[in-house]
Amino acid sequence: MAKKIDAKTINAPRHNPAAKLDEIMTGTTVFNIPFPKDLNALKTMSPIIIKHPYYVEYIHSYGQDSPFFAGLANKKLLGTRCGKCSYTYATPRLHCTKCGKETKWVELPQEGRVHTFTTCYFGSEEFLKDTPFHLVLVEFDGVDTLFLTRLIGVEGPEDIKIGMKIRAKFRRNSQLKPTDVYFVPAG
Amino acid sequence: MRPVYMVSGGVSKFEKARPDATFQKMVKEAFDYTMGDVPRLKPSMIDGSVGSYFSDHFTRQLMAGIMATDYLGLCPKPNKRVEGGGATGGLCFQAGWESVASGRMDVCLAFGFETMSHVQTWKGNEFIALASDVNFDYPVGGFYSGYYAMMVNRHIHEFGTTVEQMAMVSVKNHMNAYNNPYAQKRKRLTIQDVRNSAMVAYPLTLLDICVMSDGAAACILASEDMAFKLTDRPVKITGVGTGTDMMRMADRPHGEVILAPNEKKSDYRNLKYPGVHSFRAGRSAGLQAYKMAGIKDPIKEIDFVELHDAYTSSEIQTYEDLALCKYGDGGKFVEEGHPFMPQIDYGLKLKTKGTIPVNPSGGLIACGHPVGATGLMQAVFAFWQIQGTIKKHYGSAELQLKKANRGLIHSHAGTGTYVTVSIMERGW
Ligand SMILES: [Zn+2]
Repeated sequence: MAKKIDAKTINAPRHNPAAKLDEIMTGTTVFNIPFPKDLNALKTMSPIIIKHPYYVEYIHSYGQDSPFFAGLANKKLLGTRCGKCSYTYATPRLHCTKCGKETKWVELPQEGRVHTFTTCYFGSEEFLKDTPFHLVLVEFDGVDTLFLTRLIGVEGPEDIKIGMKIRAKFRRNSQLKPTDVYFVPAG
Repeated sequence: MRPVYMVSGGVSKFEKARPDATFQKMVKEAFDYTMGDVPRLKPSMIDGSVGSYFSDHFTRQLMAGIMATDYLGLCPKPNKRVEGGGATGGLCFQAGWESVASGRMDVCLAFGFETMSHVQTWKGNEFIALASDVNFDYPVGGFYSGYYAMMVNRHIHEFGTTVEQMAMVSVKNHMNAYNNPYAQKRKRLTIQDVRNSAMVAYPLTLLDICVMSDGAAACILASEDMAFKLTDRPVKITGVGTGTDMMRMADRPHGEVILAPNEKKSDYRNLKYPGVHSFRAGRSAGLQAYKMAGIKDPIKEIDFVELHDAYTSSEIQTYEDLALCKYGDGGKFVEEGHPFMPQIDYGLKLKTKGTIPVNPSGGLIACGHPVGATGLMQAVFAFWQIQGTIKKHYGSAELQLKKANRGLIHSHAGTGTYVTVSIMERGW
């Protein structure tokens, strides 16, 4: 598990008595366990802890949201707009949460502003390798809701300001994930 | 609906890891404590139970609810599982209330647990982040601390809330927990300690965030007749409210504030609500519970609050949702000292103390957050506080409030998607 040492020690003292090694999930294969002669001693026995891997491949459909991902693969950022109440969603949904009517696909502007942000120095295991990374919620003119994305092209949180202009960029080789689009400072 | 009372509660001590026990055993510990506190209650008098745990991933056991039920010897009576992210325990408490209020049961056990030590911390964060939209949010960097950090950065932008004000919440809750033997982290901290601990998601540090835990909690709820047969000091549940909001916080509306009875429209002329700075579900749950309990001015009419402080920021945001202060004043509210315990020395200069103590137990930040148990743990701590039995259960009266006739408990899920508020009052 890759982890960045600089992030964890960013505020640590020069001599840190609380320093400790990370636990790792490797170990030794055990074929035998000590056992007492006296059964009454069993309740004082230490718990047996085993490693139990769990891995699944799902057949996951994006269903009615699929066009959004097709859009990313073609360098288009798609949202949806309600035909009845005109409420416009930056993160698409096929039915309007305000009035229940079906929405239509619309192309969003590729420039927006930072509505809010953070820099993650830690993360879920899947994203630890990416730390530190910056998350932003983007607001667009004429759009009612926001869009969650990563911001690159800045060093730290001190470089990100609410209201700053940012611009969408797309991966050339689509992964069919929402991370096919990311944002950079508009410059 | 008929009146419902809580007659007993119990908590297994929350620990980072309980490798010595399976979830059934931890629930049994909480249950046995609960039964021991009301000797007049026999297991045969329990009509059924509701159980809660958040994550099938942590448990790696589906239908764990029935396994806890059979371990407790409560088969073949009714049981079901209740789940709603971080608010799982609060929802379970209210499901127990519903079982009795409806007349279906005279005595109902509500129990909850979580076994979060079964994976490493960063895997645990992944499991928790799966409680965000897996098509649009999780793959971008699914990490709850990151989500809450974005919410508080907007709160800071709107209202000028400071990281020092957030740190004061951490100092308060860790210090309160110093006198709570059930708490996982009992620490004397300074504002500097909180700010100097490792940055997790800017501006939240390690000490702004609750930890993962193994633990269980249990509550016994009863009808009026049964409650007074079982105990001389039953606590009445006089208000319940449950609010919800959009899973993706990007989808939250930017509209008008839902006003509390003590607020007016002109208080919030330019505020877009809830946006991502406030929890509309918390406001909704609070107002429902206040209405049912007949509360008009919460800060004057409630003696203490146990609220869901998974983050110091969310405690500040929740003061506002619960109308303990106006939207935007949450930071000032803690800075002035209102939510601190009057009798505890925090090493801070505070203008006033104890207007309305918040998280006298130490909250999630210090007690731990075994998700399915947490909302029930709050009920148990509030129950003891109202009964005036803190000394009996904590071993010291340090955290007993002089006036604790009416308390509020608040349980909260994923960036404010499910929130429950329940009002508990002296019933005798
Ligand atoms: Zn509509």
